[in-house]
Amino acid sequence: MKKGDSLVFFIFIFLIGLLPVLSGSTYIMTVGVFAGINALVAIGLCILMGYAGQISLGQAGFYGIGAYVSAVLSLHFGLPVVVSLILAMVVAAMVAVILAVPALRLKGHYLAVATLGFGEIIYIILNEWGPGGPSGFGDIPHFSLLGYTITSTTGYFYLIWGLVAVVMIFSLNLIHSRTGRALRAIHDSELASNAMGLDVVELKIKVFILSAVYASLAGGLYAHYITFISPSSFSLFYSILVLMMVIVGGITNLWGAIIGAVVITVLPELLRRFEEFDVLVYGLILTLSLMFFRKGLVPILVEKIKKLRGLAVVKH
Amino acid sequence: MLNIKGIWKSFGGLMALRHISVDVKEGDIKALIGPNGAGKTTLLNIISGIYQPDKGEVFFLGRNISNLPSTKIARKGISRTFQHVELFGNMTVLENIMVGRYVKTKAGFFSSGLKMPYVMKEEKEIQRKSEEILEYINLAQRNDELASNLPIGEQRILEIGRALATEPRLLLLDEPAAGLNIRETRNLGEIIRKIRKELRITIVLVEHDMELVMRISDSITVLNFGEVIAEGTPLEVQKNREVIVAYLGEEEEIQRGYNAHT
Repeated sequence: MKKGDSLVFFIFIFLIGLLPVLSGSTYIMTVGVFAGINALVAIGLCILMGYAGQISLGQAGFYGIGAYVSAVLSLHFGLPVVVSLILAMVVAAMVAVILAVPALRLKGHYLAVATLGFGEIIYIILNEWGPGGPSGFGDIPHFSLLGYTITSTTGYFYLIWGLVAVVMIFSLNLIHSRTGRALRAIHDSELASNAMGLDVVELKIKVFILSAVYASLAGGLYAHYITFISPSSFSLFYSILVLMMVIVGGITNLWGAIIGAVVITVLPELLRRFEEFDVLVYGLILTLSLMFFRKGLVPILVEKIKKLRGLAVVKH
Repeated sequence: MLNIKGIWKSFGGLMALRHISVDVKEGDIKALIGPNGAGKTTLLNIISGIYQPDKGEVFFLGRNISNLPSTKIARKGISRTFQHVELFGNMTVLENIMVGRYVKTKAGFFSSGLKMPYVMKEEKEIQRKSEEILEYINLAQRNDELASNLPIGEQRILEIGRALATEPRLLLLDEPAAGLNIRETRNLGEIIRKIRKELRITIVLVEHDMELVMRISDSITVLNFGEVIAEGTPLEVQKNREVIVAYLGEEEEIQRGYNAHT
């Protein structure tokens, strides 16, 4: 992490700690849990798209794999939830490798369509062969560790945002490292990356795996929190929603993924008062924000702060 | 150190290189010149592994590298710049150089994410070395700027710096003076000579600026229509009749022939 990141990180942890104290209402905590789950998926997609320049419209597939594998392993095979979560991530990573090897030869729109197809295949598999078919299944065990089981929404809020913090530290370290620079280099010029001796293919596969692992972790947590899952939560719509979060927050900044996830999760809740017009207003806000904040919320904020600082320096 | 043996390369029906053989001696500055479309850049792309030859072999330090991909060739100690500058435009000047250090460092995906102690040590070393290279090419005052914001002259120098960061034995420069003014070209010439003299890096250079080529090269190979038509020191090449014809064109030759006849 860099200096600026450490400060933002401190504020971030402070807010997470503070929110449940300020308002322990189950409603707010529930929205918070969903925002955290979405943030995990969005961080992965942000590294994949914003940093490494690879498009994915199939994150819902990995999210679904995480949810179903972890739920089935803990419910039907009686594995401890932590073990089933880890195994779900391993399965998602393996699927990511199988998908990445042929798909990452593709670029731009072709990669987008290939990953979209992957997401749809997972969705169809869950519908046809998933336990309970299209109507899903319940009784999924809650998260537990060392004999302590989390059942309260506030408990999940801390667990999930704690994991967001861990994932964020790992990701920030990664993007400010030799590997992170290599990913950004591939984004800018594959030709030059090859000429500089970077393992372009290997790095692309690895970052794809990383995004899949984050998404599957989120999916697993979702399943154990809500204890009932059905394929409809893992459709193309979810992939698009995550894409929206990353773009609204600002694809070139990792914090944008978190901000985007919170905004996109909270916005529909705030729009409830518009009743039947809520979807319309939602769409309007998103369209306008893309028109006027094309770079995304966080990068624009960073620019503003830099400008203000610049002015301050000039005054002195 | 570099031996190119009987390279053929065609693109569709177009024969770009016909049986090209060139030898580059260790420590030399070797220039490849010739009219547009002579195959100079194609040859550079074959040496650096961007293209594979149809026939023939490239040996580097005695090893056959003709069928290796460019990333492996880079790791063997051949680095290059591009005719159309290929910097990492959204990264800073310093970061561009730091990417060049990739092949000389090890931090992996996991160890970077976990920020292991050796990774932090290595990162400091990458930064120190990269700053040193920026000093060396006189771009230190630019280190925080986005590479794409530099004027073309500095972009070309930065590309050379990024190539140096990989600590190559052989450096391939593809028209490094294109788009540069006279002063910038002078400075470039100085840097190229400094690199050869102080870092002992062998240089192969494709260039149209004849003044630069004649001033800095030890040996010149002239290509025309995918064939070697002359080879030698700058003086020898300047006097070579075939080279003059290739550069001035057939018409003049016909004219001269006509004059001689009458």
